[in-house]
This record gives sequence, structure tokens and C-alpha cells, in this order.
Amino acid sequence: MKQLLNIKITIMEKIIAGKNITVNEEGYLTDFNQWDEKVGEALATESDISLSPRHWEVVKYLQNEQKSQVPLSIRRVGKSGIVDIKEFYQLFPTAPLKTATKIAGIPKPASCI
Amino acid sequence: MKQMKNLVILGAGTAGTMMANHLQHHLKQPDWQITIVDEREEHHYQPGYLFLPFDIYAPEDIVKTIEEFIPKDVQLIRQKINRILPKENLIQLSNGEGIDYDVLIVATGAKIAPEETAGMKGAEWQKSVFDFYTFEGALALRNKLRDWEGGKLVVHITEMPIKCPVAPLEFAFLADSFFKHKNLRDKVEITYVTPLSGAFTKPKATAALEHLLDEKGIHIESDFAIEQVDNENKTIVDYGGRAIPFDILVTVPTNKGDDLMERSGMGDDLNYVPTNKATLQSRDYSNIFVLGDASNIPASKAGSVAHFEAEILTDNILHYIKGEPLKAAFDGHANCFIETGGGKALLIDFNYTHEPVEGNFPFAGIGPLRLLKESRMNHMGKLAFRWIYWNVLLKGTHIPFVSANMSESGKHYEAITQH
Repeated sequence: MKQLLNIKITIMEKIIAGKNITVNEEGYLTDFNQWDEKVGEALATESDISLSPRHWEVVKYLQNEQKSQVPLSIRRVGKSGIVDIKEFYQLFPTAPLKTATKIAGIPKPASCI
Repeated sequence: MKQMKNLVILGAGTAGTMMANHLQHHLKQPDWQITIVDEREEHHYQPGYLFLPFDIYAPEDIVKTIEEFIPKDVQLIRQKINRILPKENLIQLSNGEGIDYDVLIVATGAKIAPEETAGMKGAEWQKSVFDFYTFEGALALRNKLRDWEGGKLVVHITEMPIKCPVAPLEFAFLADSFFKHKNLRDKVEITYVTPLSGAFTKPKATAALEHLLDEKGIHIESDFAIEQVDNENKTIVDYGGRAIPFDILVTVPTNKGDDLMERSGMGDDLNYVPTNKATLQSRDYSNIFVLGDASNIPASKAGSVAHFEAEILTDNILHYIKGEPLKAAFDGHANCFIETGGGKALLIDFNYTHEPVEGNFPFAGIGPLRLLKESRMNHMGKLAFRWIYWNVLLKGTHIPFVSANMSESGKHYEAITQH
């Protein structure tokens, strides 16, 4: 169906962890069904992160929040009881929410407005 | 005898005042009493705070009384609100009195909360750390800038969402202009620090605005989530340890809804009221509606948004009162002038699904205003808007040719196939 949309969506296919996945132009998975832990690990490697059990707790938390359609923000992660903001930055340096959501295979949080 | 019903509006700012003016045409005595509650005396033209620090506006340009904009049949109660008891349909005032309501409109707005960030309201507050989202803050900053001789000026956003998300950018542009006029520009280093990945939240506008920042020699630091203001070393530090030095920090602190929501158990973690983004009805209580900055809807926190919402909410409240399904749907329409300095401005027009693009406004192909392009005409539009605000907008008069729902005509969208 033709429709006017405000952003041009470019979708690319790539092979990661031996799997064919589709990502958008910023490298975010477009279909969470293609995600598994191997894909997560491979995406983490691309961001120079090796996933420890603490990383996984955060990744799983973000996936659950996404499933229940809770809008994600750094503030909310900081108040989650899973990780505080300081540690969140240590685990996923520079832009933690963007990096962690990418690894988790969920959309980049829409920075509101 | 039929009892008179009560519609109560909390907050007599932009949103609440417009709503009182809209509804008084429809809900009349003896069937309805409209009441508006606000403890303040003054109504401020908040967009004017941007111009105060640069001596473009004087205080008297932006302050009037609340009372002069409230229609005479609407009862104005000037009391602090203690709590909303939504299950009892009751407002509890601080003086102990109560107000019953049949329909409640929450329009208590948003305000800055510098205390949310460590060190922000510290020893340097209003000495070298300023906000311009309050009258006092903007005035203190004006006094500082009047005889400042240069150094590092850092313009900073703490976290999103904030009221008028373009205001800090406008501040940076106007500062560039201001120091050029004072022949000080070569002594002032301007840095724009944002928690976002770029200058704005929408891609096309971000590209246009970053081009302007670059042109004006304003350096941008993105993805900066502030941990603290270090008052001793005069730096802001983010959670990753990045430190940015300042001589003057102009920050937009965390914005929050009114504390009243916390006291009433009605807000989210930033005290915004969970609201249906199309109907503007509270998610939790069917006889409560939320307008303007007080809601959690994903639209800009801006006067133009409240204006468009008010037209839609008026319809929905009338539907609600008649027991009809809520029909009118808000599309997130926002329309903002962005001052870019040097007597020019940009105009952006967007909604939930359509980002700001280039084009003409309000007439397709004609204008006279140009979208996402700097022009003198847009600047005149911004200055004229103050008059429109006081004389048209607050009174709930429809602005000709500008509809509550956004128009797609005259705008340069790319046609693509949706997957």
C-alpha cells in the first residue's frame, strides 16, 4: 500500500551469528523474531561490548519493558531497581540506552518530541 | 429543581484559560457553572522568557493578570490546590474548602525541577548557573549578560521531555546574535549540550538546525546525560565522565508536572497525567480530561499544542456530557517559530506522525511563511505572535486558516512505500 510517511526507511539484510537478519539504517533489528542470544552477542561485539551476566539482566529487562509497551528512558532504567544510571553507563558506555536496545533487538527508543 | 452541574478547570495558564473561554459559549448557567482554580495573580507570556535575557522584551511585555482573561461567568478561585480526590469527584483546597465536580479539566502545566540534578541548584545557582524557563531565572540571566565580558557559554538540556523543545536552540542562536552586536562574539565560545543524538528530535529539522549551529560557530555536544553540576570546577559532568567547562551555564532543568499529581496519586514518574493521546481523556477516570503540558501524551509541550488540543477537547467534552462516544481525535499538531538570530526565524509544523519538512504555510505553494527555512517574515510572525497570544489565542478564538489537525498540503514529504 502506498502511503505518505515522514521518514524514509532503509532496510538492509545482513548475516550475523550465521543468521539472516534485517536491520534499519541505524543497525536496529526490524523484527524481534529474528533475535536470539547469539544474535545479541554478535550485535554486542559490533559495539565492542562482551556481555556479562549483568549486561544480560539489563537486556532482558529492556525486552520485557518493550513487550509491555512501556516507553523507555534512561530515567526509567535508573529507577528500575535492575541497574542505576552510573552502572548502566559502565555496562554500555557513551549512549547506553541506544546501545542496549540495539543489542536487545528492540527499536531505538523514540526520544520524545 | 435540576441541580447545577460543575465543570472545574485546574490551572489558569495558557491551556486552562483557553478552555474556560471555549466552554463558556457552550456550558451556561443555570445548567452549568464553570470554575477555574489557580493560586497565582499573574499570567505570563512564557515564550517571552526567551527574549528577556537579551533585553528584547521587558518584563511588562510579558506579564498581565490572570483575571483579565477569565470570562465573567466563569468563577475564578485563587487558592492553592491541596489534592484531587478523583474517586470522590472532589478538589480539596489548601484552605480546607472542597469543590465538587462533574467534569474536571487538568491544566496545571509543567515546571522546572533543578533539584533533580545534583549540584544544579548549588552555590553557583543564579550566579553562573541559570535557567530561562522562569521569570526570575530569565531576569537574573539578563542582569548577568548585561555586563558579561565573555568566556564559555554553555546552553544545556538536562533531559527530555521539556517545554518548548526548540527554546534552548533559539537561546543559542539569539546569544550568537547578541554577542555579535556587542562586538564580543570572538570572546564568547558557545557550546550546545543535549541528551539527544543531535540538535532536535526529528531528522529533517535536525539537519537544518545543525547546519545553522555550524554556520554560527556553535559547537554541539550530543548524547550528554548529565550526572552533576560541579560548582567548584564549573563543569557539567555526564554519567560517562565527560566534563564540559562553563563560565555561564544556561540550563533547561528536568521538567515535571505539578506536585499536585504526586499528592493526588495521579501522575507518572515525572508527575505527568496518563492521558489518551487522541481524545485527551484521562486513562484512569472518564470524567477527567487533561490539556497542555500536564499530560503525558507524546506531543510537544508548547502553547500551540494546547491551542489545537483546546478546540478538540471542547468537542469531546460536549460529547462526553451528552453521553456520546468521544469522536474528536487529536493528531499531535504543533506549530513553532524558531528564532535563529539576526532578525530571522524558521517555522516548523508537525504532528505525531509527520516530522517538520520544507514547504509553505498556511497556504500551499503561497505561504507567506516558509517552513524549515530562515526568513525575515517568519521572525515577524514570531513577534506578531505575542499580540495574537494575548488577543486571540487565550480568548479561544479560532486562528483563521490554521486547523487543529495538521494539513499535509504545501509540504514536501517523500512518497515511499510502507512495509
